[in-house]
This record gives sequence, C-alpha cells and structure tokens, in this order.
Amino acid sequence: MKIVKVLGPGCKRCVATAEMVQAQADRIGVPVTIEKVTDYAAIAGYGIVSTPGIVVDGKVVHAGGLPKAEDLAKWLAAA
Amino acid sequence: MTASTLISPPPNQTLGTAKLVGATVVAIVAWFAVYWQLESFSNWAVSVLPIEHGGHLDEALSFFIFDTPKVLMLLALVVFAMGVVRSFFSPERTRAFLAGRREGLGNIAAASLGIFTPFCSCSAVPLFVGFVSAGVPLGVTFSFLIAAPLINEVALGLLFALVGWKVAFTYLVFGLAVSISAGWVIGRLHLEGWLEQWVLDVRSGSVDLPTDHLTIADRIHAGIEAVRDIFGRVWVWIIVGIAAGAFIHGYVPAEMLTSIMGRNQWWSVPAAVLIGIPIYSNAAGIIPAVVALLGKGAALGTVLAFMMAVTALSAPETIILRKVLTMRLIAVFVGIVTIGIVAVGFLFNALFT
Repeated sequence: MKIVKVLGPGCKRCVATAEMVQAQADRIGVPVTIEKVTDYAAIAGYGIVSTPGIVVDGKVVHAGGLPKAEDLAKWLAAA
Repeated sequence: MTASTLISPPPNQTLGTAKLVGATVVAIVAWFAVYWQLESFSNWAVSVLPIEHGGHLDEALSFFIFDTPKVLMLLALVVFAMGVVRSFFSPERTRAFLAGRREGLGNIAAASLGIFTPFCSCSAVPLFVGFVSAGVPLGVTFSFLIAAPLINEVALGLLFALVGWKVAFTYLVFGLAVSISAGWVIGRLHLEGWLEQWVLDVRSGSVDLPTDHLTIADRIHAGIEAVRDIFGRVWVWIIVGIAAGAFIHGYVPAEMLTSIMGRNQWWSVPAAVLIGIPIYSNAAGIIPAVVALLGKGAALGTVLAFMMAVTALSAPETIILRKVLTMRLIAVFVGIVTIGIVAVGFLFNALFT
C-alpha cells in the first residue's frame, strides 16, 4: 500500500491532482491511500514552494502544476 | 517489474517530438498569416455594421472589433512563448538561488527572477512561507512577491505589441525599481517579528525534485498548457477590459479625460493609484483600457501608475496574505508599494514631457 499525499490549500488543481493519482493508481493496479494536506505549515514543511505538490511514501516527487500521467505512473510503480 | 513496461517510452517517441515541433512551427507561421490579415478583416466587419459611421457607437464598436481579435491573438503568442521560457524556471529553483542572499543584490535578483518564475496568487502563501523558512530574507521575499504579479509576461508582451517597445521597456525598468526598493525598505525595517508566529516555526529543507529533466516536447506542452490555463482564467477580464476601452474610446470626451488624467494635475497620480488598489484585474484586462486612455490624452505616468496599482496590489491577494502577515505588516507592505508606485507616476510624468 502506497501512501500518497497531495499538498495544496484546496484549489481546483489540487483536487484534479488527487483524482489523477487515483486514476493512475487504478490503471496500473497499485493500491494507494490518498491524503490531502491542506495546512500551510505542513505543506511548507515538505520544502515545496508551489502547489499542488505530491509526496509518495514520504518522498516529494512533484511541485507546481498538474503532474503528467506518465510521471505519476512512474512514481507509483517505483518501489 | 511489469509496471516498467507500462511506462517505458514508446519507440516512436522521437517521431512524435519531430511532429510536435513541426506542428508548432506551422502553427506559428499560420498565426502570423492570420495576424497580417486581421486589419482588413476588421475593416470589412466594421463596414458592414448597420450603424451610422462617425458616431460615438461606431467609434466604440470599431475599437472593440479591432482590438478583441488582436489582443487575444497577441496574448496567445506571448503566453505560449513565455510558457516555454518559464519551463526553465521553477519557484523551487528560484528559492534555492535566493536562500542566504544578502539584501541589496538579493533584492535585485529576486525582482528579476519574479519576471520569469511561474507564479499565481493562489500559491502566494506556500511560496511566502517556503521562501522565508528556507532562509530567504524577508525583504528579498517581498521583492519577489511584488515583482511576480507586477511585471509579468502578459503585461510586457501586450504593452510591447499595443503601445510600443519604449513604454514596455519603461514599465519593465520602473516595475523593477519599485519591487527592488520596496523590498529593500521592508528588509531595512526588520519586521520579521510582525509575521504570524507559525510562519517563524516552520523549518523546511530544500527539496530535490526528480522532474527537472524536460524534453523539447515537454516545453512545447508547457507553452500550450500555459495558453489554455491563462485563457481559461483571463478571457473574461480581457473582454471586459476591451469593452471598457471601447467605451472610453467612443464616449469619453478627450478634454474631460485630459483635465482629469492629464499631466497638469498633480493629484491625478495619487488618485489613479488609490482607485487602482481595490480593483482586481489581470494585466491583460487592464491594457486595452490603458491604450484607450493614452489615445485620449491621459498622461503616461498616471496611466502606468494606475496599471501598477491594479496588478501589484489587489484585495484578494492581500486577504490571502493575511494568513502569514499581521495586519501591521500588510499595512506597511501596501503603504510602501503605494508610495513607490506614486513616485514612479510623478517621475514618469516629469521625465516625459
């Protein structure tokens, strides 16, 4: 089970990003738990400056703008 | 490793890149072809309108018909180009570059990077906290935060295309001057204690993002994405701005405007700035109105000060920033930027007589 955190204050893109993570996870068959992190202090604590950000199993993989579907699949597939 | 087969690049990827680059070149050529024909098309469109020629309505409608496609097309090209350029910059890299910089040079670097770094006011708070917690001095952070919305690609590109390179260049220089000096003054005042307490408690390290290797195709996609994104957000403002410009062009008498926004009224600059602060519009929306105001004899410094006040200071952004700044610090920020913009307006009107 992978734990994916979507960092963002709740803007439209953050919601879209969370949906993309779920869609890609379903497509490649990786079980995920998605958590939304909306607290500004917590977001900043991950070291990102632009939102939405994505954290997979504690590692920041993306910051700023919508991720690409291929990249998402790659991050989720990586052990 | 079944998953890796799913994501390995398809064998025809290089072919796909060539196609994409080719399509981009064709699209840009087509853009120029259409753009050169735009005036004759608009002429024809105006001539078939069933209205009396030479009247107020005719003037206003002509302005609208000429400027709407022109502004939209220019905007598309400028935003695409800047989307590609901006893919070379990211707020994370800008922060890494600015962390630990001294004030002075740091302010200059921050304001300059503010032009190119992608920024949207919805992420102003994470950006602010991220900068400050990583050791970017407060004044340097403010220089960035003022420059990013004030001097953006849309403003510069449209000013360049519609008013000319001299005005665009002047706007750039004066915008940088305001961002650098306002940030520097805020830094000198040492107001770190006026931040909300939680901001000071955040400790963030740097982050190493794996997605920093972009191909040409990725950058072209970034440009297309920027066009879609910016158009989605600002097209309403542009239409409203052009409509306001059309109204000014057709109905507002030049004498009246000159007597209010002309060079001879010292109070017109502060008045324009005070009116501009609460107005929230994108630079793209304000520029058609700027063009119309200039055409009617408004003084350039007054108009640019108005434009700067609208783009640099807005009620929504101030409300968002309230999460990290105390009211006192917001007041200082708005006050210093306002003074800077008013000074620019006066200086400009005095220099270009």
